[in-house]
Amino acid sequence: MSIVTVQLGQCGNQIGFEVFDALFSDSHCSQGFCSKKENEAYQASCKERFFSEEENGVPIARAVLVDMEPKVINQTLSKAAQSGRWKYGQHSCFCQKQGSGNNWAYGYSVHGPRHQESIMNLIQKEVEKCDSLSGFFIIMSMAGGTGSGLGAFITQNLQDEFSNSLRMNQIIWPYGTGEVIVQNYNSILTLSHLYRSSDALLVHENDAVHKICAKLMNIKQISFSDINQVLAHQLGSVFQPTYSAEGSSHYRRNPLGDLMENLVPHPEFKMLGIRNIPQMPENSLAYSAFTWAGLLKHLRQMLISNAKMEEGINWQVRPPLSGLPPLGRASVGAEPHFNTSIANLVILRGKEAHSADLEGFKEPALYTSWLKPVDAFSVWRTQRAFRRYEKSAALVSNSQFLVKPLDTIVGRAWNMFASKAYIHQYTKFGVEEEDFLDSFTLLEQIVASYCNL
Amino acid sequence: MTQSVVIQVGQCGNQIGCCFWDLALREHAAVNQKGIYDEALSSFFRNVDARVVGDGGSISKGKISSLKARAVLIDMEEGVVNEILQGPLRDVFDSKQLITNVSGSGNNWAVGHKVFGSAYQEQILEKLRKSAEHCDCLQCFFIIHSMGGGTGSGLGTFLLKVLEDEFPEVYRFVTSVYPSSEDDVITSPYNSILAMKELSEHADCVLPIDNQSLFDIISKIDLMVNSGKLGAAVKPRSLVTASAEALRKRHKKPFDAMNNIVANVLLSLTSSARFEGSLNMDLNEISMNLVPFPQLHYLVSSLTPLYTLADVNIPPRRLDQMFSDAFSKDHQLIRANPRHSLYLACALMVRGDVQISDLRRNIERLKPSLQFVSWNQEGWKTSLCSVPPVGHSHSLLALANNTCVKPTFLELRERFTRLYKKKAHLHHYLQVDGMEEGCFTEAVSSLSALIEEYDRLDATKGMPVQNLPRLSIAV
Repeated sequence: MSIVTVQLGQCGNQIGFEVFDALFSDSHCSQGFCSKKENEAYQASCKERFFSEEENGVPIARAVLVDMEPKVINQTLSKAAQSGRWKYGQHSCFCQKQGSGNNWAYGYSVHGPRHQESIMNLIQKEVEKCDSLSGFFIIMSMAGGTGSGLGAFITQNLQDEFSNSLRMNQIIWPYGTGEVIVQNYNSILTLSHLYRSSDALLVHENDAVHKICAKLMNIKQISFSDINQVLAHQLGSVFQPTYSAEGSSHYRRNPLGDLMENLVPHPEFKMLGIRNIPQMPENSLAYSAFTWAGLLKHLRQMLISNAKMEEGINWQVRPPLSGLPPLGRASVGAEPHFNTSIANLVILRGKEAHSADLEGFKEPALYTSWLKPVDAFSVWRTQRAFRRYEKSAALVSNSQFLVKPLDTIVGRAWNMFASKAYIHQYTKFGVEEEDFLDSFTLLEQIVASYCNL
Repeated sequence: MTQSVVIQVGQCGNQIGCCFWDLALREHAAVNQKGIYDEALSSFFRNVDARVVGDGGSISKGKISSLKARAVLIDMEEGVVNEILQGPLRDVFDSKQLITNVSGSGNNWAVGHKVFGSAYQEQILEKLRKSAEHCDCLQCFFIIHSMGGGTGSGLGTFLLKVLEDEFPEVYRFVTSVYPSSEDDVITSPYNSILAMKELSEHADCVLPIDNQSLFDIISKIDLMVNSGKLGAAVKPRSLVTASAEALRKRHKKPFDAMNNIVANVLLSLTSSARFEGSLNMDLNEISMNLVPFPQLHYLVSSLTPLYTLADVNIPPRRLDQMFSDAFSKDHQLIRANPRHSLYLACALMVRGDVQISDLRRNIERLKPSLQFVSWNQEGWKTSLCSVPPVGHSHSLLALANNTCVKPTFLELRERFTRLYKKKAHLHHYLQVDGMEEGCFTEAVSSLSALIEEYDRLDATKGMPVQNLPRLSIAV
């Protein structure tokens, strides 16, 4: 089954390009550490999901590019075309002349309705190219105006028009110390709307990815390109084909459906995060060797202590003793806080993946009381290596990891809202104080629900 | 891609405008190697087949034929505009986009606003509509004027109301040169206060500039050049003045260099909208992020490094120094010390070879020494444009919505009061049809209300940030 990607705004388009590039280069990578037959099946599966039939031999990404001003889309299209290996469809973009001005209300209430038909038509065309549709992958940022506002509007439309298909939104959480001054407003409006219309929110925090670039990838002058490439690596490690069941040799057919089934057991809890191990600069790969035991031990501790990368993990955090409630019924400020999970999925790729021991992830103490590990935890194993990492593991988890950042954003937005600063910019385009209050209410509920796991 | 129209009003406005167009042409010439009329160029220029008489000559794509500035030049005297039309830029301006008169406004806001306003309203509307028609997607009007005189101040602000009524969706960015305390126009306080009311009510964003600060910056650059310590040399085709001789004359006629600074600000402001970058910032984002309440739209600007304004060959200092300088009081374009006052919001627009990590590192570094209002502690708006200014590797424009504008307004009000108490020169204003004392009292109370807003914000400075009680949810 195929996934149609919708790239929205500057962030969405810049990331989207890196994602397709990573998926493509991995699937054509010569070092798969597996048999030729397996490799070919992997490539075919990846192609089915993300690329459509080539005319003159160049695969075309199954994507719709949307932005309210032309510069980024033009850049994205030409970068893809220049690579010569894959490209975007010539008519798969929708562009206007003037951006959304970092205004969620403008993106949602003005651009949305105005361009609804054109954008949905483009998406429809892309869907028709798929033999069968797994769902939509929508890439957007929360801080700006187009990705956030128009993204929320389009997701709602997708819910209405393609109610049988799944919607997963890839959301970029902005840097804590400001990229956009009204980012907190835009974020809460986006999150509250998406919570109602999206099936799962896959969240990446700029601060966390930035640290990975600095500490693990050893990049001195980090650019957005670097950040997006790390992000693309993480997404690739989740979305590339995996075997459908232990020991079988067919790749899963419904990537989004399988992810949702494993990770979103309850609609109140939709926020997912990814952690990868190992992550390192490409030129260090040849000199590293890992054992599954070592990798998984670190990954488990990253989960429990809510670490975003494999450096600086707090090994003091332990799961609560069975029978006792987790340490300190979560108040947001308490540290070190044990990260309770609702559901976890570990994806192993590479040599001897079938032999890795995952018992450590099945302890009931890791999970909330209303789910048994057998329901809450799953593992997918694939022989074929990802991007030349002889062994690599990805953890997609639905846990308390976002509580603190979410609480921070809600707090800041609330403080600003109390002073009524910038509100006139939103009411100008039809988003009223009531809409803000609705958003706050919904998000406080979500924070509370996650805290009470 | 959007277009902007520049409206230069009065002597000051036109002189700055002239510098701006000169700089813009050079910038685009440096970037646009192939001579193709691209979207970046179209933001400020039309491509016209000069052989076609009348209106039909616009060429939207392909090779550059003849570039015409998207500009309207207005002056009630002919001297300055005539000089422009005889100078090196004469072909850049469309002769149909001029409005001139001979008599001048006599440094009288009332003459500029009421007399010439009503006399030229139709003509002005016609020229504006014409320029708008030539735009595919008009986003912004840039108005350049001074506050202290008669035309720029009076007619320039009259324009704002016309623009607001006729083009309500188009942003109105005003670059206003405020009179320094040694200003030689006696009635400048009257003109400025009357103009302020219009700015507060009808402009989307105002960039106040003052001549004294510009002069100080030029002097500093001179010092850098003449100190010889750093082996500095002025580049042959300096952007500051057109010739080496003019360089020598600089101390006696510094206006060219000063106007160039303002022109640079306007160019940098629009660079991220015209050129590509990893984090774009369009003009509509400026207002969205920097104007938390409609009246508080006065933005203090600073442009660093200074040497980019003089085109001197000083080896680049540490990148981080550029960021530090942007917050120092010596680099602001009005007399203000943002570090000692309260920030409501701050935008950093970086050009050139600078990445997001450099930006973040510097924000983290400088944040502790700056005071932000309690509800906007993380009040930063950032942008990265890959194209640096001509001949340099990077530059930074900082726009701050900061209470440090207050002293400028207070001083203005004081100078006004001194004059007004004695009713000095008032009759020149009152004899104009439509003017009465009420205009003055209204204008001054509008300014006082604005000052009060800043006072109220200042009072919150230094208070601990309290986290307001949040909504409590029943789980």
